[in-house]
Amino acid sequence: MDPKIWLRRINRNRVLFPLGALALLVIVAASLSPHFLTPMNIKNVLSQVSIIAILAAGEACVILTGGIDLSVGAVLAISGSVTAVLMKWAGVAIPLAVLGGLGVGVLAGALNGLMVAWVRIPSFIATLAMMAVARGGTLVLTNGRPVSGFLKSFRAIAGYAGPLPLLFLITFGVYVLWQLALSHTRFGRYVYAVGGNETGTRFVGVNVRRVKLLVFILAGLCAAIGGVMLDARLNAAYPTAGEGYELDAIAAAVLGGVSLSGGVGSLVGTFFGALVMTVLGNILNLLKVGAFYQYIAKGLILAVAAISLSRGIKFAK
Amino acid sequence: MGGENGGRPWVEMRGIHKWFGGVHALKGVDFHVHRGEVVGLIGDNGAGKSTLIKILSGVFPPDKGEIVVEGRKVRFRSPKDAKEHGIETVYQELALVDNLDVPANIFLGREPALVGGQSLMALLNKGRMLREARALLERLKVNIGDLNALAGELSGGQRQTVAIARALYREPKLLIMDEPTAALAVQETRKVLDLVRKLKERDIGVVFISHTLQEVFAVADRIVILRKGEKVGDLPADELTIDEAVKLMVGGE
Ligand SMILES: Nc1ncnc2c1ncn2[C@@H]1O[C@H](COP(=O)(O)OP(=O)(O)O)[C@@H](O)[C@H]1O
Ligand SMILES: [Mg+2]
Repeated sequence: MDPKIWLRRINRNRVLFPLGALALLVIVAASLSPHFLTPMNIKNVLSQVSIIAILAAGEACVILTGGIDLSVGAVLAISGSVTAVLMKWAGVAIPLAVLGGLGVGVLAGALNGLMVAWVRIPSFIATLAMMAVARGGTLVLTNGRPVSGFLKSFRAIAGYAGPLPLLFLITFGVYVLWQLALSHTRFGRYVYAVGGNETGTRFVGVNVRRVKLLVFILAGLCAAIGGVMLDARLNAAYPTAGEGYELDAIAAAVLGGVSLSGGVGSLVGTFFGALVMTVLGNILNLLKVGAFYQYIAKGLILAVAAISLSRGIKFAK
Repeated sequence: MGGENGGRPWVEMRGIHKWFGGVHALKGVDFHVHRGEVVGLIGDNGAGKSTLIKILSGVFPPDKGEIVVEGRKVRFRSPKDAKEHGIETVYQELALVDNLDVPANIFLGREPALVGGQSLMALLNKGRMLREARALLERLKVNIGDLNALAGELSGGQRQTVAIARALYREPKLLIMDEPTAALAVQETRKVLDLVRKLKERDIGVVFISHTLQEVFAVADRIVILRKGEKVGDLPADELTIDEAVKLMVGGE
Protein backbone atom coordinates (compact mmCIF):
# COMPACT_ATOMS: atom_id res chain seq x y z
CA MET A 1 0.00 0.00 0.00
CA ASP A 2 1.05 3.60 -0.57
CA PRO A 3 3.01 4.55 2.57
CA LYS A 4 1.22 7.87 2.77
CA ILE A 5 -2.19 6.20 2.91
CA TRP A 6 -0.78 3.69 5.38
CA LEU A 7 0.46 6.43 7.68
CA ARG A 8 -2.81 8.29 7.44
CA ARG A 9 -4.69 5.14 8.35
CA ILE A 10 -2.54 4.50 11.40
CA ASN A 11 -3.02 8.06 12.47
CA ARG A 12 -6.75 8.08 11.79
CA ASN A 13 -7.44 8.49 15.47
CA ARG A 14 -4.54 10.88 15.79
CA VAL A 15 -2.61 9.09 18.55
CA LEU A 16 0.77 9.70 16.90
CA PHE A 17 0.85 13.37 17.81
CA PRO A 18 0.27 13.04 21.58
CA LEU A 19 2.51 9.97 21.69
CA GLY A 20 5.31 11.89 19.99
CA ALA A 21 4.78 14.89 22.25
CA LEU A 22 4.90 12.66 25.32
CA ALA A 23 8.09 10.90 24.19
CA LEU A 24 9.75 14.23 23.49
CA LEU A 25 8.65 15.65 26.81
CA VAL A 26 9.95 12.61 28.72
CA ILE A 27 13.34 12.85 27.00
CA VAL A 28 13.61 16.56 27.71
CA ALA A 29 12.42 16.11 31.30
CA ALA A 30 14.87 13.28 31.97
CA SER A 31 17.80 15.33 30.67
CA LEU A 32 16.78 18.45 32.58
CA SER A 33 16.22 16.87 35.98
CA PRO A 34 17.94 13.87 37.56
CA HIS A 35 14.87 13.35 39.75
CA PHE A 36 12.45 12.85 36.88
CA LEU A 37 13.00 9.14 36.27
CA THR A 38 13.23 8.13 39.92
CA PRO A 39 10.63 5.52 41.03
CA MET A 40 9.30 7.98 43.59
CA ASN A 41 8.63 10.64 41.00
CA ILE A 42 7.14 8.20 38.48
CA LYS A 43 4.68 6.97 41.11
CA ASN A 44 3.82 10.56 41.86
CA VAL A 45 3.15 11.32 38.18
CA LEU A 46 0.98 8.22 37.83
CA SER A 47 -1.11 9.22 40.86
CA GLN A 48 -1.48 12.76 39.58
CA VAL A 49 -2.46 11.76 36.09
CA SER A 50 -5.18 9.42 37.36
CA ILE A 51 -7.65 12.10 38.34
CA ILE A 52 -7.17 14.40 35.35
CA ALA A 53 -7.26 11.39 33.06
CA ILE A 54 -10.50 10.02 34.45
CA LEU A 55 -12.20 13.39 33.97
CA ALA A 56 -10.72 13.54 30.48
CA ALA A 57 -12.16 10.11 29.63
CA GLY A 58 -15.71 11.35 30.12
CA GLU A 59 -14.95 14.71 28.58
CA ALA A 60 -13.47 13.09 25.47
CA CYS A 61 -16.66 11.05 24.90
CA VAL A 62 -18.79 14.19 25.11
CA ILE A 63 -16.46 16.07 22.74
CA LEU A 64 -16.52 13.13 20.31
CA THR A 65 -20.28 13.65 19.93
CA GLY A 66 -19.62 17.33 19.18
CA GLY A 67 -20.58 18.62 22.63
CA ILE A 68 -18.64 19.92 25.60
CA ASP A 69 -19.01 19.42 29.35
CA LEU A 70 -17.91 22.34 31.51
CA SER A 71 -19.35 20.84 34.69
CA VAL A 72 -16.93 17.95 35.29
CA GLY A 73 -14.81 19.87 37.82
CA ALA A 74 -17.85 20.94 39.85
CA VAL A 75 -19.44 17.49 39.60
CA LEU A 76 -16.17 16.04 40.92
CA ALA A 77 -16.49 18.39 43.91
CA ILE A 78 -20.12 17.63 44.72
CA SER A 79 -19.67 13.87 44.33
CA GLY A 80 -16.56 13.95 46.50
CA SER A 81 -18.37 16.02 49.13
CA VAL A 82 -21.45 13.80 49.14
CA THR A 83 -19.26 10.74 49.69
CA ALA A 84 -17.33 12.54 52.45
CA VAL A 85 -20.45 13.86 54.19
CA LEU A 86 -22.12 10.46 54.05
CA MET A 87 -19.08 8.83 55.64
CA LYS A 88 -18.15 11.46 58.19
CA TRP A 89 -21.43 13.03 59.23
CA ALA A 90 -24.03 10.40 58.45
CA GLY A 91 -21.92 7.39 59.40
CA VAL A 92 -22.84 5.53 56.24
CA ALA A 93 -20.75 2.48 55.33
CA ILE A 94 -17.93 3.19 52.86
CA PRO A 95 -19.32 1.27 49.86
CA LEU A 96 -22.71 2.95 50.22
CA ALA A 97 -21.14 6.38 50.63
CA VAL A 98 -19.11 5.81 47.46
CA LEU A 99 -22.23 4.65 45.63
CA GLY A 100 -24.00 7.78 46.84
CA GLY A 101 -21.24 9.97 45.41
CA LEU A 102 -21.26 8.12 42.11
CA GLY A 103 -25.04 8.38 42.02
CA VAL A 104 -24.85 12.16 42.33
CA GLY A 105 -22.42 12.22 39.38
CA VAL A 106 -24.74 10.07 37.29
CA LEU A 107 -27.69 12.30 38.19
CA ALA A 108 -25.81 15.48 37.26
CA GLY A 109 -24.76 13.88 33.97
CA ALA A 110 -28.32 12.78 33.26
CA LEU A 111 -29.59 16.31 33.87
CA ASN A 112 -26.94 17.66 31.49
CA GLY A 113 -27.99 15.09 28.90
CA LEU A 114 -31.68 15.92 29.27
CA MET A 115 -31.01 19.65 28.93
CA VAL A 116 -28.89 19.13 25.82
CA ALA A 117 -30.77 16.36 24.01
CA TRP A 118 -34.39 17.07 24.94
CA VAL A 119 -34.59 20.76 25.80
CA ARG A 120 -31.96 21.45 23.11
CA ILE A 121 -29.89 23.87 25.16
CA PRO A 122 -26.37 24.08 23.71
CA SER A 123 -24.09 21.89 25.81
CA PHE A 124 -21.81 24.85 26.49
CA ILE A 125 -24.63 26.67 28.31
CA ALA A 126 -26.35 23.66 29.87
CA THR A 127 -23.16 22.39 31.50
CA LEU A 128 -22.13 25.91 32.54
CA ALA A 129 -25.41 26.06 34.46
CA MET A 130 -24.71 22.64 35.95
CA MET A 131 -21.24 23.80 36.93
CA ALA A 132 -22.67 26.72 38.90
CA VAL A 133 -25.40 24.63 40.53
CA ALA A 134 -23.06 21.78 41.48
CA ARG A 135 -20.45 24.15 42.91
CA GLY A 136 -23.13 26.00 44.87
CA GLY A 137 -24.61 22.71 46.03
CA THR A 138 -21.20 21.62 47.30
CA LEU A 139 -20.81 24.82 49.33
CA VAL A 140 -24.30 24.50 50.79
CA LEU A 141 -23.77 20.84 51.68
CA THR A 142 -20.42 21.41 53.42
CA ASN A 143 -21.07 24.93 54.72
CA GLY A 144 -18.06 25.87 52.66
CA ARG A 145 -15.68 23.93 54.89
CA PRO A 146 -13.50 20.92 54.12
CA VAL A 147 -14.67 17.54 55.37
CA SER A 148 -11.60 15.55 56.38
CA GLY A 149 -10.16 12.58 58.22
CA PHE A 150 -11.49 9.38 56.65
CA LEU A 151 -11.09 5.77 57.75
CA LYS A 152 -7.93 3.97 56.77
CA SER A 153 -9.87 1.49 54.67
CA PHE A 154 -11.21 4.37 52.55
CA ARG A 155 -7.80 5.99 52.19
CA ALA A 156 -6.53 2.65 50.93
CA ILE A 157 -8.11 3.60 47.58
CA ALA A 158 -5.13 5.92 47.18
CA GLY A 159 -2.69 3.18 48.17
CA TYR A 160 -0.58 0.82 46.11
CA ALA A 161 -1.00 -2.51 44.40
CA GLY A 162 2.59 -3.68 44.23
CA PRO A 163 4.57 -0.84 42.69
CA LEU A 164 1.58 0.80 41.02
CA PRO A 165 -0.79 3.35 42.56
CA LEU A 166 -4.29 1.94 42.87
CA LEU A 167 -5.71 5.21 41.53
CA PHE A 168 -3.75 4.66 38.34
CA LEU A 169 -5.05 1.12 38.01
CA ILE A 170 -8.65 2.30 38.43
CA THR A 171 -8.21 4.95 35.77
CA PHE A 172 -6.41 2.56 33.47
CA GLY A 173 -9.22 0.04 33.86
CA VAL A 174 -11.81 2.67 33.02
CA TYR A 175 -9.85 3.66 29.92
CA VAL A 176 -9.59 0.07 28.69
CA LEU A 177 -13.34 -0.43 29.12
CA TRP A 178 -14.25 2.92 27.54
CA GLN A 179 -11.94 2.44 24.57
CA LEU A 180 -13.30 -1.05 23.94
CA ALA A 181 -16.84 0.30 24.12
CA LEU A 182 -15.99 3.09 21.68
CA SER A 183 -14.33 0.81 19.14
CA HIS A 184 -16.49 -2.27 19.34
CA THR A 185 -20.03 -1.48 20.44
CA ARG A 186 -22.95 0.04 18.62
CA PHE A 187 -22.93 2.84 21.18
CA GLY A 188 -19.32 3.70 20.33
CA ARG A 189 -20.08 3.71 16.64
CA TYR A 190 -22.97 6.13 17.24
CA VAL A 191 -20.79 8.42 19.35
CA TYR A 192 -18.53 8.94 16.34
CA ALA A 193 -21.48 9.12 13.93
CA VAL A 194 -23.28 11.79 15.96
CA GLY A 195 -20.06 13.81 16.14
CA GLY A 196 -19.47 13.48 12.41
CA ASN A 197 -22.97 14.11 11.07
CA GLU A 198 -25.76 14.38 13.60
CA THR A 199 -28.56 14.98 11.11
CA GLY A 200 -27.46 12.16 8.84
CA THR A 201 -27.29 9.83 11.82
CA ARG A 202 -30.80 10.79 12.88
CA PHE A 203 -32.08 10.23 9.33
CA VAL A 204 -30.97 6.59 9.31
CA GLY A 205 -33.07 6.02 12.40
CA VAL A 206 -30.52 6.20 15.21
CA ASN A 207 -31.90 7.52 18.49
CA VAL A 208 -29.43 10.40 18.76
CA ARG A 209 -30.92 11.73 21.98
CA ARG A 210 -30.26 8.49 23.81
CA VAL A 211 -26.64 8.50 22.65
CA LYS A 212 -26.13 12.06 23.90
CA LEU A 213 -27.83 11.32 27.21
CA LEU A 214 -25.61 8.31 27.78
CA VAL A 215 -22.45 10.24 26.94
CA PHE A 216 -23.24 12.94 29.49
CA ILE A 217 -24.10 10.30 32.10
CA LEU A 218 -20.71 8.68 31.49
CA ALA A 219 -18.98 12.04 31.85
CA GLY A 220 -20.81 12.62 35.15
CA LEU A 221 -19.87 9.14 36.35
CA CYS A 222 -16.21 9.71 35.45
CA ALA A 223 -16.21 13.02 37.31
CA ALA A 224 -17.74 11.33 40.36
CA ILE A 225 -15.12 8.56 40.29
CA GLY A 226 -12.54 11.35 40.18
CA GLY A 227 -14.20 12.97 43.21
CA VAL A 228 -13.99 9.79 45.29
CA MET A 229 -10.38 9.27 44.18
CA LEU A 230 -9.43 12.80 45.20
CA ASP A 231 -11.12 12.35 48.62
CA ALA A 232 -8.97 9.30 49.23
CA ARG A 233 -5.80 10.96 47.98
CA LEU A 234 -6.15 14.14 50.04
CA ASN A 235 -7.91 12.48 52.99
CA ALA A 236 -10.36 15.37 52.69
CA ALA A 237 -13.14 16.74 50.49
CA TYR A 238 -12.55 20.42 49.77
CA PRO A 239 -15.52 22.43 48.48
CA THR A 240 -13.14 24.08 46.02
CA ALA A 241 -11.85 20.73 44.74
CA GLY A 242 -11.65 20.38 40.99
CA GLU A 243 -11.79 24.09 40.21
CA GLY A 244 -10.43 24.53 36.71
CA TYR A 245 -10.22 20.77 36.16
CA GLU A 246 -12.71 20.99 33.30
CA LEU A 247 -10.12 22.99 31.40
CA ASP A 248 -7.42 20.41 32.14
CA ALA A 249 -9.76 17.65 30.97
CA ILE A 250 -10.61 19.49 27.76
CA ALA A 251 -6.93 20.27 27.21
CA ALA A 252 -6.00 16.60 27.69
CA ALA A 253 -8.59 15.52 25.14
CA VAL A 254 -7.52 18.15 22.60
CA LEU A 255 -3.82 17.41 23.11
CA GLY A 256 -4.75 13.77 22.67
CA GLY A 257 -6.13 14.46 19.20
CA VAL A 258 -9.86 14.71 19.97
CA SER A 259 -11.34 17.26 17.58
CA LEU A 260 -13.54 19.88 19.22
CA SER A 261 -15.89 19.70 16.24
CA GLY A 262 -16.57 16.05 17.07
CA GLY A 263 -16.18 12.65 15.45
CA VAL A 264 -12.40 12.37 15.53
CA GLY A 265 -10.08 11.14 18.26
CA SER A 266 -9.73 8.31 20.75
CA LEU A 267 -9.35 7.54 24.41
CA VAL A 268 -5.86 6.16 23.85
CA GLY A 269 -4.85 9.58 22.54
CA THR A 270 -6.66 11.32 25.40
CA PHE A 271 -4.71 9.25 27.89
CA PHE A 272 -1.45 10.36 26.32
CA GLY A 273 -2.79 13.92 26.32
CA ALA A 274 -3.46 13.72 30.05
CA LEU A 275 0.06 12.34 30.58
CA VAL A 276 1.52 15.22 28.58
CA MET A 277 -0.31 17.74 30.78
CA THR A 278 0.78 15.98 33.97
CA VAL A 279 4.41 15.41 32.98
CA LEU A 280 4.64 19.03 31.93
CA GLY A 281 3.40 20.18 35.33
CA ASN A 282 5.73 17.72 37.03
CA ILE A 283 8.88 18.82 35.22
CA LEU A 284 8.06 22.48 35.82
CA ASN A 285 7.73 21.63 39.51
CA LEU A 286 11.02 19.76 39.53
CA LEU A 287 12.65 22.76 37.89
CA LYS A 288 11.01 24.94 40.54
CA VAL A 289 9.10 27.05 38.07
CA GLY A 290 6.43 29.03 39.92
CA ALA A 291 2.75 28.10 39.63
CA PHE A 292 1.90 31.34 37.85
CA TYR A 293 4.36 30.57 35.06
CA GLN A 294 3.06 27.02 34.88
CA TYR A 295 -0.36 28.30 33.83
CA ILE A 296 1.24 30.26 31.04
CA ALA A 297 3.34 27.29 29.93
CA LYS A 298 0.31 24.98 29.81
CA GLY A 299 -1.68 27.54 27.85
CA LEU A 300 1.10 27.92 25.30
CA ILE A 301 1.47 24.15 24.86
CA LEU A 302 -2.27 23.84 24.29
CA ALA A 303 -2.22 26.62 21.70
CA VAL A 304 0.69 24.99 19.86
CA ALA A 305 -1.07 21.63 19.95
CA ALA A 306 -4.30 23.07 18.61
CA ILE A 307 -2.48 24.80 15.77
CA SER A 308 -0.44 21.78 14.71
CA LEU A 309 -3.47 19.48 14.94
CA SER A 310 -5.60 21.70 12.73
CA ARG A 311 -2.72 21.88 10.24
CA GLY A 312 -2.71 18.09 10.33
CA ILE A 313 -6.35 18.00 9.30
CA LYS A 314 -5.65 20.19 6.31
CA PHE A 315 -2.82 17.88 5.22
CA ALA A 316 -5.08 14.87 5.48
CA LYS A 317 -7.78 16.34 3.25
CA MET B 1 -42.91 -2.23 -17.78
CA GLY B 2 -44.16 -2.20 -14.20
CA GLY B 3 -47.85 -1.55 -13.82
CA GLU B 4 -47.98 2.22 -13.93
CA ASN B 5 -51.49 2.02 -15.28
CA GLY B 6 -52.77 -1.17 -13.68
CA GLY B 7 -54.50 -0.91 -10.35
CA ARG B 8 -53.84 0.85 -7.15
CA PRO B 9 -50.59 2.80 -6.57
CA TRP B 10 -48.16 1.36 -4.05
CA VAL B 11 -48.04 4.65 -2.16
CA GLU B 12 -50.33 7.68 -2.29
CA MET B 13 -50.03 11.11 -0.70
CA ARG B 14 -53.31 13.02 -0.60
CA GLY B 15 -53.87 16.75 -0.11
CA ILE B 16 -50.50 17.35 1.55
CA HIS B 17 -49.97 20.78 3.16
CA LYS B 18 -46.83 22.01 4.90
CA TRP B 19 -46.10 25.37 6.49
CA PHE B 20 -42.68 26.55 7.70
CA GLY B 21 -43.61 29.52 9.85
CA GLY B 22 -45.19 31.89 7.33
CA VAL B 23 -44.01 29.93 4.28
CA HIS B 24 -46.71 27.73 2.74
CA ALA B 25 -44.28 25.21 1.23
CA LEU B 26 -46.87 22.66 0.05
CA LYS B 27 -50.43 23.63 -0.88
CA GLY B 28 -52.48 20.47 -1.08
CA VAL B 29 -50.30 18.21 -3.21
CA ASP B 30 -51.44 14.76 -4.42
CA PHE B 31 -48.66 12.37 -5.34
CA HIS B 32 -48.45 8.66 -6.00
CA VAL B 33 -46.00 5.98 -7.15
CA HIS B 34 -46.59 2.44 -8.45
CA ARG B 35 -44.21 -0.44 -7.98
CA GLY B 36 -41.54 -0.55 -10.67
CA GLU B 37 -42.41 2.97 -11.74
CA VAL B 38 -39.87 5.76 -12.00
CA VAL B 39 -41.45 9.12 -11.22
CA GLY B 40 -39.44 12.23 -12.08
CA LEU B 41 -40.19 15.06 -9.65
CA ILE B 42 -39.20 18.46 -11.01
CA GLY B 43 -39.70 22.11 -10.15
CA ASP B 44 -37.75 25.29 -9.63
CA ASN B 45 -35.64 25.88 -6.52
CA GLY B 46 -37.94 26.22 -3.53
CA ALA B 47 -40.89 24.61 -5.31
CA GLY B 48 -41.28 22.11 -2.48
CA LYS B 49 -39.71 18.95 -3.93
CA SER B 50 -37.47 18.21 -0.96
CA THR B 51 -40.24 19.03 1.48
CA LEU B 52 -42.63 16.61 -0.26
CA ILE B 53 -40.20 13.71 -0.21
CA LYS B 54 -39.10 14.45 3.35
CA ILE B 55 -42.72 14.01 4.38
CA LEU B 56 -42.84 10.76 2.41
CA SER B 57 -39.69 9.52 4.13
CA GLY B 58 -40.82 10.44 7.63
CA VAL B 59 -38.43 13.34 8.33
CA PHE B 60 -41.37 15.49 9.29
CA PRO B 61 -45.16 15.03 9.32
CA PRO B 62 -47.53 16.85 6.97
CA ASP B 63 -49.57 19.65 8.56
CA LYS B 64 -52.57 18.41 6.59
CA GLY B 65 -53.22 15.47 4.31
CA GLU B 66 -52.57 11.75 4.49
CA ILE B 67 -50.25 9.04 3.28
CA VAL B 68 -51.57 5.66 2.14
CA VAL B 69 -49.31 2.64 1.61
CA GLU B 70 -50.82 -0.40 -0.17
CA GLY B 71 -54.28 0.96 0.53
CA ARG B 72 -53.66 1.42 4.26
CA LYS B 73 -53.41 4.81 5.90
CA VAL B 74 -50.07 5.30 7.64
CA ARG B 75 -48.49 7.86 9.90
CA PHE B 76 -44.69 8.22 9.87
CA ARG B 77 -43.32 9.71 13.05
CA SER B 78 -39.67 9.23 12.06
CA PRO B 79 -37.56 8.04 9.12
CA LYS B 80 -37.50 4.70 10.91
CA ASP B 81 -41.27 4.32 10.48
CA ALA B 82 -41.00 4.98 6.76
CA LYS B 83 -38.12 2.52 6.45
CA GLU B 84 -40.19 -0.14 8.16
CA HIS B 85 -42.77 0.33 5.41
CA GLY B 86 -40.07 -0.14 2.76
CA ILE B 87 -39.37 3.49 1.90
CA GLU B 88 -35.67 4.36 1.69
CA THR B 89 -34.25 7.75 0.82
CA VAL B 90 -31.01 9.13 -0.57
CA TYR B 91 -31.05 12.71 0.68
CA GLN B 92 -29.96 15.77 -1.24
CA GLU B 93 -27.62 16.79 1.53
CA LEU B 94 -25.48 13.68 1.32
CA ALA B 95 -26.28 11.89 4.51
CA LEU B 96 -23.03 9.97 4.87
CA VAL B 97 -20.91 10.31 7.99
CA ASP B 98 -17.54 11.47 6.67
CA ASN B 99 -15.49 10.20 9.57
CA LEU B 100 -16.76 6.61 9.30
CA ASP B 101 -15.64 4.01 6.75
CA VAL B 102 -17.74 2.52 3.96
CA PRO B 103 -19.21 -0.51 5.77
CA ALA B 104 -19.93 1.62 8.85
CA ASN B 105 -21.92 4.00 6.67
CA ILE B 106 -23.80 1.28 4.82
CA PHE B 107 -24.87 -0.40 8.06
CA LEU B 108 -25.34 2.75 10.15
CA GLY B 109 -28.41 2.30 12.34
CA ARG B 110 -28.71 -1.47 11.79
CA GLU B 111 -25.29 -2.89 12.55
CA PRO B 112 -25.13 -6.68 12.79
CA ALA B 113 -24.05 -7.71 16.30
CA LEU B 114 -21.87 -10.54 17.59
CA VAL B 115 -23.72 -10.50 20.91
CA GLY B 116 -26.28 -8.16 22.39
CA GLY B 117 -28.79 -8.09 19.54
CA GLN B 118 -30.42 -4.72 19.05
CA SER B 119 -29.18 -3.16 22.29
CA LEU B 120 -27.01 -0.06 22.29
CA MET B 121 -24.23 -1.97 24.04
CA ALA B 122 -24.14 -4.80 21.49
CA LEU B 123 -20.74 -5.85 20.16
CA LEU B 124 -20.39 -5.06 16.47
CA ASN B 125 -19.78 -7.80 13.93
CA LYS B 126 -17.24 -5.86 11.88
CA GLY B 127 -16.17 -8.85 9.78
CA ARG B 128 -19.70 -9.46 8.60
CA MET B 129 -20.24 -5.77 7.81
CA LEU B 130 -17.13 -5.72 5.63
CA ARG B 131 -18.07 -8.94 3.82
CA GLU B 132 -21.66 -7.93 3.19
CA ALA B 133 -20.72 -4.41 2.15
CA ARG B 134 -18.30 -5.85 -0.41
CA ALA B 135 -20.89 -8.33 -1.72
CA LEU B 136 -23.55 -5.62 -1.96
CA LEU B 137 -21.30 -3.24 -3.89
CA GLU B 138 -20.27 -6.05 -6.22
CA ARG B 139 -23.90 -6.86 -6.89
CA LEU B 140 -24.48 -3.21 -7.79
CA LYS B 141 -21.39 -3.48 -10.02
CA VAL B 142 -19.70 -0.48 -8.51
CA ASN B 143 -16.06 -0.21 -7.59
CA ILE B 144 -15.22 1.72 -4.45
CA GLY B 145 -11.66 0.45 -4.22
CA ASP B 146 -10.62 0.39 -0.59
CA LEU B 147 -13.64 -0.27 1.62
CA ASN B 148 -11.71 0.83 4.69
CA ALA B 149 -11.53 4.36 3.32
CA LEU B 150 -13.49 6.95 5.24
CA ALA B 151 -16.52 8.36 3.44
CA GLY B 152 -14.85 11.79 3.53
CA GLU B 153 -11.97 10.40 1.44
CA LEU B 154 -14.22 9.22 -1.43
CA SER B 155 -15.14 11.03 -4.64
CA GLY B 156 -18.63 12.48 -5.08
CA GLY B 157 -19.69 9.54 -7.24
CA GLN B 158 -18.36 6.96 -4.82
CA ARG B 159 -20.14 8.69 -1.95
CA GLN B 160 -23.40 8.70 -3.84
CA THR B 161 -22.95 5.00 -4.61
CA VAL B 162 -22.44 4.24 -0.94
CA ALA B 163 -25.56 6.23 -0.06
CA ILE B 164 -27.56 4.28 -2.66
CA ALA B 165 -26.09 0.96 -1.56
CA ARG B 166 -27.14 1.74 1.98
CA ALA B 167 -30.69 2.44 0.87
CA LEU B 168 -30.84 -0.73 -1.25
CA TYR B 169 -29.45 -3.02 1.44
CA ARG B 170 -32.90 -3.09 3.01
CA GLU B 171 -34.56 -4.19 -0.24
CA PRO B 172 -36.95 -1.23 -0.23
CA LYS B 173 -40.23 -1.12 -2.14
CA LEU B 174 -39.70 2.56 -2.89
CA LEU B 175 -36.42 4.43 -3.29
CA ILE B 176 -36.45 8.23 -3.14
CA MET B 177 -33.48 10.04 -4.65
CA ASP B 178 -33.24 13.80 -4.07
CA GLU B 179 -30.84 15.27 -6.62
CA PRO B 180 -28.57 12.22 -6.56
CA THR B 181 -26.51 13.48 -9.49
CA ALA B 182 -26.07 17.12 -8.45
CA ALA B 183 -22.47 16.66 -7.32
CA LEU B 184 -21.45 14.12 -9.95
CA ALA B 185 -19.31 14.07 -13.09
CA VAL B 186 -20.89 12.91 -16.39
CA GLN B 187 -19.50 9.39 -16.14
CA GLU B 188 -20.71 8.98 -12.57
CA THR B 189 -24.13 10.37 -13.46
CA ARG B 190 -24.50 7.71 -16.14
CA LYS B 191 -23.85 5.01 -13.60
CA VAL B 192 -26.55 6.34 -11.31
CA LEU B 193 -29.05 6.45 -14.19
CA ASP B 194 -28.17 2.86 -15.14
CA LEU B 195 -28.75 1.90 -11.54
CA VAL B 196 -32.21 3.49 -11.56
CA ARG B 197 -33.15 1.43 -14.62
CA LYS B 198 -31.99 -1.74 -12.88
CA LEU B 199 -34.14 -0.94 -9.86
CA LYS B 200 -37.13 -0.63 -12.12
CA GLU B 201 -36.47 -4.16 -13.41
CA ARG B 202 -36.52 -5.35 -9.81
CA ASP B 203 -40.00 -3.82 -9.40
CA ILE B 204 -38.78 -1.12 -7.03
CA GLY B 205 -40.56 2.22 -7.33
CA VAL B 206 -38.30 5.24 -7.68
CA VAL B 207 -38.84 8.94 -7.07
CA PHE B 208 -36.10 10.77 -8.94
CA ILE B 209 -35.45 14.48 -8.38
CA SER B 210 -33.02 16.41 -10.56
CA HIS B 211 -32.47 19.86 -11.98
CA THR B 212 -31.11 18.36 -15.18
CA LEU B 213 -34.29 17.64 -17.09
CA GLN B 214 -32.45 15.52 -19.70
CA GLU B 215 -31.60 13.08 -16.90
CA VAL B 216 -35.15 13.01 -15.64
CA PHE B 217 -36.58 12.42 -19.10
CA ALA B 218 -33.98 9.69 -19.68
CA VAL B 219 -35.20 7.54 -16.78
CA ALA B 220 -38.69 8.60 -15.75
CA ASP B 221 -41.94 6.88 -16.77
CA ARG B 222 -43.98 9.76 -15.44
CA ILE B 223 -43.17 13.37 -14.61
CA VAL B 224 -44.66 15.37 -11.75
CA ILE B 225 -44.11 19.13 -11.79
CA LEU B 226 -44.29 21.37 -8.71
CA ARG B 227 -44.44 25.15 -8.75
CA LYS B 228 -44.51 27.22 -5.56
CA GLY B 229 -45.90 24.33 -3.55
CA GLU B 230 -48.57 23.31 -6.04
CA LYS B 231 -48.68 20.40 -8.45
CA VAL B 232 -48.96 21.90 -11.93
CA GLY B 233 -48.33 18.83 -14.04
CA ASP B 234 -48.52 15.02 -13.82
CA LEU B 235 -47.98 13.32 -17.18
CA PRO B 236 -46.40 10.22 -18.73
CA ALA B 237 -42.90 11.19 -19.81
CA ASP B 238 -43.57 10.42 -23.46
CA GLU B 239 -46.50 12.85 -23.58
CA LEU B 240 -44.34 15.78 -22.52
CA THR B 241 -41.37 17.59 -24.01
CA ILE B 242 -38.59 19.26 -22.04
CA ASP B 243 -39.73 22.67 -23.32
CA GLU B 244 -43.28 22.10 -22.11
CA ALA B 245 -41.97 20.92 -18.76
CA VAL B 246 -39.86 24.08 -18.35
CA LYS B 247 -42.90 26.23 -19.15
CA LEU B 248 -44.93 24.48 -16.48
CA MET B 249 -42.08 24.81 -13.97
CA VAL B 250 -41.64 28.55 -14.33
CA GLY B 251 -45.30 29.33 -15.06
CA GLY B 252 -46.77 32.54 -16.54
CA GLU B 253 -46.46 33.45 -20.20
N1 LIG C 1 -36.73 23.25 7.38
C1 LIG C 1 -37.25 24.34 6.80
N2 LIG C 1 -37.52 25.46 7.52
C2 LIG C 1 -38.04 26.56 6.95
N3 LIG C 1 -38.35 26.66 5.66
C3 LIG C 1 -38.11 25.59 4.86
C4 LIG C 1 -37.55 24.39 5.39
N4 LIG C 1 -37.42 23.50 4.37
C5 LIG C 1 -37.87 24.13 3.27
N5 LIG C 1 -38.29 25.37 3.55
C6 LIG C 1 -38.89 26.31 2.59
O1 LIG C 1 -39.91 25.62 1.91
C7 LIG C 1 -39.89 25.92 0.53
C8 LIG C 1 -39.69 24.66 -0.28
O2 LIG C 1 -38.35 24.19 -0.09
P1 LIG C 1 -37.81 22.82 -0.68
O3 LIG C 1 -38.79 21.77 -0.43
O4 LIG C 1 -36.44 22.62 -0.16
O5 LIG C 1 -37.72 23.14 -2.25
P2 LIG C 1 -36.98 22.37 -3.43
O6 LIG C 1 -36.42 21.11 -2.88
O7 LIG C 1 -38.02 22.17 -4.46
O8 LIG C 1 -35.90 23.30 -3.92
C9 LIG C 1 -38.79 26.96 0.34
O9 LIG C 1 -39.39 28.24 0.39
C10 LIG C 1 -37.91 26.74 1.53
O10 LIG C 1 -37.25 27.94 1.87
MG1 LIG D 1 -34.38 20.40 -2.74
